[in-house]
Amino acid sequence: MNKILLFAGLQEKAGKAELQLEAVNKSIKEVKELLKDSYQLEEIDTSMAAVNEEYANGDFVVKEGDTIAFIPPVSGG
Amino acid sequence: MSNKFWISEKALDIQEVVDLVTRREAGAINTFIGTVREFTKGKRTLLLEYQAYVPMAEKKLAQIGEEIKEKWPDTDTAIAHRIGRLDITDIAVVIAVSTPHRADSYDASRYAIERIKEIVPIWKKEYWENGEEWIGDQKEQKAYPKGQPDEEDLT
Repeated sequence: MNKILLFAGLQEKAGKAELQLEAVNKSIKEVKELLKDSYQLEEIDTSMAAVNEEYANGDFVVKEGDTIAFIPPVSGG
Repeated sequence: MSNKFWISEKALDIQEVVDLVTRREAGAINTFIGTVREFTKGKRTLLLEYQAYVPMAEKKLAQIGEEIKEKWPDTDTAIAHRIGRLDITDIAVVIAVSTPHRADSYDASRYAIERIKEIVPIWKKEYWENGEEWIGDQKEQKAYPKGQPDEEDLT
Protein backbone atom coordinates (compact mmCIF):
# COMPACT_ATOMS: atom_id res chain seq x y z
CA MET A 1 0.00 0.00 0.00
CA ASN A 2 1.14 3.52 -0.68
CA LYS A 3 0.37 6.91 0.73
CA ILE A 4 -0.39 9.58 -1.87
CA LEU A 5 -0.06 13.26 -0.95
CA LEU A 6 -1.72 16.06 -2.89
CA PHE A 7 -1.03 19.76 -2.59
CA ALA A 8 -2.39 23.14 -3.61
CA GLY A 9 -4.76 22.99 -6.59
CA LEU A 10 -4.56 19.18 -6.80
CA GLN A 11 -5.58 18.85 -3.19
CA GLU A 12 -8.49 21.21 -3.65
CA LYS A 13 -9.75 19.48 -6.76
CA ALA A 14 -9.52 15.99 -5.28
CA GLY A 15 -11.12 17.22 -2.06
CA LYS A 16 -8.45 15.54 0.04
CA ALA A 17 -4.82 15.96 0.98
CA GLU A 18 -4.00 12.32 1.38
CA LEU A 19 -5.17 8.96 0.12
CA GLN A 20 -4.12 5.33 0.13
CA LEU A 21 -3.47 3.56 -3.13
CA GLU A 22 -2.05 0.21 -4.16
CA ALA A 23 0.70 1.47 -6.44
CA VAL A 24 3.44 -1.13 -5.91
CA ASN A 25 5.28 -1.98 -9.15
CA LYS A 26 3.54 0.85 -10.99
CA SER A 27 5.55 3.66 -12.49
CA ILE A 28 4.93 7.24 -11.44
CA LYS A 29 3.53 7.82 -14.89
CA GLU A 30 1.00 5.02 -14.39
CA VAL A 31 0.04 6.33 -10.96
CA LYS A 32 -0.58 9.73 -12.52
CA GLU A 33 -2.90 8.20 -15.11
CA LEU A 34 -4.76 6.31 -12.41
CA LEU A 35 -5.32 9.40 -10.31
CA LYS A 36 -6.23 11.46 -13.33
CA ASP A 37 -9.01 9.02 -14.16
CA SER A 38 -10.27 8.54 -10.61
CA TYR A 39 -10.33 12.18 -9.56
CA GLN A 40 -10.42 14.12 -12.86
CA LEU A 41 -7.04 15.56 -11.98
CA GLU A 42 -5.87 16.80 -15.39
CA GLU A 43 -3.45 19.14 -13.61
CA ILE A 44 -1.43 16.14 -12.48
CA ASP A 45 0.19 16.11 -15.95
CA THR A 46 1.99 19.35 -15.19
CA SER A 47 2.91 18.28 -11.67
CA MET A 48 6.17 16.84 -10.50
CA ALA A 49 6.31 13.77 -8.31
CA ALA A 50 8.35 13.10 -5.21
CA VAL A 51 8.91 9.68 -3.69
CA ASN A 52 9.79 9.71 0.00
CA GLU A 53 10.48 13.46 -0.17
CA GLU A 54 12.83 13.38 -3.17
CA TYR A 55 11.91 14.29 -6.75
CA ALA A 56 11.38 11.26 -8.98
CA ASN A 57 10.79 11.01 -12.72
CA GLY A 58 7.96 9.28 -14.54
CA ASP A 59 9.81 5.98 -14.95
CA PHE A 60 10.38 5.52 -11.25
CA VAL A 61 8.77 2.28 -10.05
CA VAL A 62 6.95 2.42 -6.74
CA LYS A 63 7.84 0.05 -3.91
CA GLU A 64 5.77 -1.10 -0.92
CA GLY A 65 5.46 1.69 1.64
CA ASP A 66 6.69 4.50 -0.61
CA THR A 67 5.02 7.86 -0.03
CA ILE A 68 4.30 9.60 -3.32
CA ALA A 69 3.64 13.32 -3.39
CA PHE A 70 2.35 15.20 -6.42
CA ILE A 71 3.76 18.65 -6.60
CA PRO A 72 2.15 21.26 -8.82
CA PRO A 73 4.43 24.04 -10.11
CA VAL A 74 5.75 25.71 -6.99
CA SER A 75 5.25 29.36 -6.11
CA GLY A 76 7.11 30.02 -2.88
CA GLY A 77 9.27 33.02 -2.09
CA MET B 1 17.84 18.39 9.39
CA SER B 2 19.86 21.49 9.98
CA ASN B 3 18.19 24.09 12.17
CA LYS B 4 19.11 26.85 9.73
CA PHE B 5 16.40 25.97 7.21
CA TRP B 6 12.80 25.84 8.30
CA ILE B 7 9.14 26.37 7.54
CA SER B 8 7.16 28.35 10.10
CA GLU B 9 3.51 28.90 10.83
CA LYS B 10 4.40 31.91 12.94
CA ALA B 11 5.62 35.36 11.96
CA LEU B 12 9.29 35.31 10.94
CA ASP B 13 11.90 37.10 13.02
CA ILE B 14 14.49 38.64 10.71
CA GLN B 15 17.09 38.97 13.44
CA GLU B 16 16.78 35.30 14.34
CA VAL B 17 17.72 34.33 10.78
CA VAL B 18 20.57 36.84 10.61
CA ASP B 19 21.99 35.66 13.95
CA LEU B 20 22.31 32.13 12.59
CA VAL B 21 24.89 33.20 10.00
CA THR B 22 26.69 35.86 12.03
CA ARG B 23 30.34 34.87 12.55
CA ARG B 24 33.77 36.41 12.96
CA GLU B 25 35.01 35.35 9.51
CA ALA B 26 32.23 37.21 7.69
CA GLY B 27 32.63 40.70 6.30
CA ALA B 28 29.12 40.78 4.84
CA ILE B 29 25.68 39.49 5.64
CA ASN B 30 23.15 39.89 2.86
CA THR B 31 19.52 39.66 3.90
CA PHE B 32 16.63 39.15 1.52
CA ILE B 33 13.12 39.68 2.84
CA GLY B 34 10.22 38.58 0.63
CA THR B 35 6.96 40.34 1.48
CA VAL B 36 3.34 40.08 0.38
CA ARG B 37 2.61 42.55 -2.42
CA GLU B 38 -0.79 44.19 -2.77
CA PHE B 39 -0.91 44.73 -6.53
CA THR B 40 0.20 42.27 -9.21
CA LYS B 41 -0.27 43.52 -12.77
CA GLY B 42 -2.97 45.89 -11.59
CA LYS B 43 -4.88 43.23 -9.72
CA ARG B 44 -5.40 43.78 -6.03
CA THR B 45 -4.52 40.95 -3.66
CA LEU B 46 -6.41 40.90 -0.37
CA LEU B 47 -4.35 38.19 1.32
CA LEU B 48 -2.24 35.14 0.57
CA GLU B 49 -2.22 31.61 1.82
CA TYR B 50 0.99 29.59 1.66
CA GLN B 51 1.07 25.82 1.84
CA ALA B 52 4.16 23.59 1.98
CA TYR B 53 5.10 19.95 1.92
CA VAL B 54 6.94 20.74 5.11
CA PRO B 55 9.52 17.95 5.54
CA MET B 56 10.51 18.02 1.88
CA ALA B 57 10.52 21.83 1.75
CA GLU B 58 12.93 21.98 4.68
CA LYS B 59 15.19 19.42 2.98
CA LYS B 60 15.17 21.41 -0.25
CA LEU B 61 15.98 24.66 1.58
CA ALA B 62 18.93 22.86 3.17
CA GLN B 63 19.94 21.59 -0.27
CA ILE B 64 20.03 25.19 -1.51
CA GLY B 65 22.35 25.99 1.39
CA GLU B 66 24.64 23.16 0.27
CA GLU B 67 24.57 24.33 -3.34
CA ILE B 68 25.55 27.81 -2.22
CA LYS B 69 28.45 26.42 -0.22
CA GLU B 70 29.73 24.63 -3.31
CA LYS B 71 29.42 27.66 -5.56
CA TRP B 72 30.71 30.22 -3.09
CA PRO B 73 33.08 28.58 -0.61
CA ASP B 74 33.10 29.81 2.96
CA THR B 75 29.46 30.90 2.83
CA ASP B 76 26.91 30.39 5.56
CA THR B 77 23.20 30.45 4.75
CA ALA B 78 19.95 30.42 6.72
CA ILE B 79 16.46 30.44 5.21
CA ALA B 80 13.03 30.59 6.85
CA HIS B 81 9.74 30.48 4.94
CA ARG B 82 6.35 31.16 6.42
CA ILE B 83 3.15 29.27 5.65
CA GLY B 84 -0.50 29.85 6.45
CA ARG B 85 -2.47 33.03 5.95
CA LEU B 86 -0.48 36.20 5.30
CA ASP B 87 -1.64 39.78 4.99
CA ILE B 88 -0.27 42.45 2.67
CA THR B 89 3.29 43.52 3.76
CA ASP B 90 3.76 40.40 5.91
CA ILE B 91 7.11 38.64 5.56
CA ALA B 92 6.91 35.39 3.57
CA VAL B 93 10.60 34.50 3.41
CA VAL B 94 13.87 35.57 5.01
CA ILE B 95 17.24 34.61 3.56
CA ALA B 96 20.51 35.50 5.24
CA VAL B 97 23.90 34.75 3.71
CA SER B 98 27.20 35.59 5.30
CA THR B 99 30.45 35.66 3.32
CA PRO B 100 33.96 36.98 3.83
CA HIS B 101 33.46 39.60 1.08
CA ARG B 102 30.32 41.44 -0.03
CA ALA B 103 30.11 40.48 -3.71
CA ASP B 104 29.50 36.81 -2.98
CA SER B 105 26.81 37.60 -0.43
CA TYR B 106 24.70 39.39 -3.07
CA ASP B 107 25.15 36.63 -5.64
CA ALA B 108 24.41 33.83 -3.21
CA SER B 109 21.33 35.55 -1.81
CA ARG B 110 19.93 36.04 -5.31
CA TYR B 111 20.68 32.42 -6.13
CA ALA B 112 18.80 31.27 -3.02
CA ILE B 113 15.54 33.05 -3.84
CA GLU B 114 15.60 31.91 -7.47
CA ARG B 115 16.16 28.29 -6.40
CA ILE B 116 13.34 28.50 -3.88
CA LYS B 117 11.04 29.38 -6.76
CA GLU B 118 12.29 26.35 -8.72
CA ILE B 119 12.62 23.41 -6.37
CA VAL B 120 11.04 24.02 -2.96
CA PRO B 121 7.53 22.55 -2.59
CA ILE B 122 5.73 25.67 -1.38
CA TRP B 123 2.61 27.12 -2.99
CA LYS B 124 0.75 30.35 -2.63
CA LYS B 125 -2.92 31.00 -3.11
CA GLU B 126 -3.93 34.54 -3.95
CA TYR B 127 -7.25 35.89 -2.75
CA TRP B 128 -8.66 38.80 -4.76
CA GLU B 129 -11.83 40.83 -4.45
CA ASN B 130 -13.46 38.62 -7.07
CA GLY B 131 -11.91 35.22 -6.61
CA GLU B 132 -8.98 33.07 -5.56
CA GLU B 133 -6.42 30.84 -7.22
CA TRP B 134 -3.40 28.69 -6.48
CA ILE B 135 -0.50 30.26 -8.31
CA GLY B 136 1.85 28.02 -10.27
CA ASP B 137 5.11 29.64 -11.11
CA GLN B 138 4.72 28.75 -14.76
CA LYS B 139 2.03 31.41 -14.89
CA GLU B 140 4.34 34.03 -13.50
CA GLN B 141 7.81 33.50 -14.92
CA LYS B 142 9.16 30.06 -15.45
CA ALA B 143 7.58 27.50 -17.72
CA TYR B 144 8.10 23.79 -17.36
CA PRO B 145 7.87 22.73 -21.01
CA LYS B 146 8.11 19.08 -20.00
CA GLY B 147 5.74 19.47 -17.11
CA GLN B 148 8.56 19.54 -14.61
CA PRO B 149 11.93 21.16 -14.07
CA ASP B 150 14.86 19.59 -15.86
CA GLU B 151 16.50 16.74 -13.97
CA GLU B 152 19.67 18.72 -13.48
CA ASP B 153 17.71 21.52 -11.85
CA LEU B 154 16.50 19.25 -9.11
CA THR B 155 19.37 17.17 -7.84
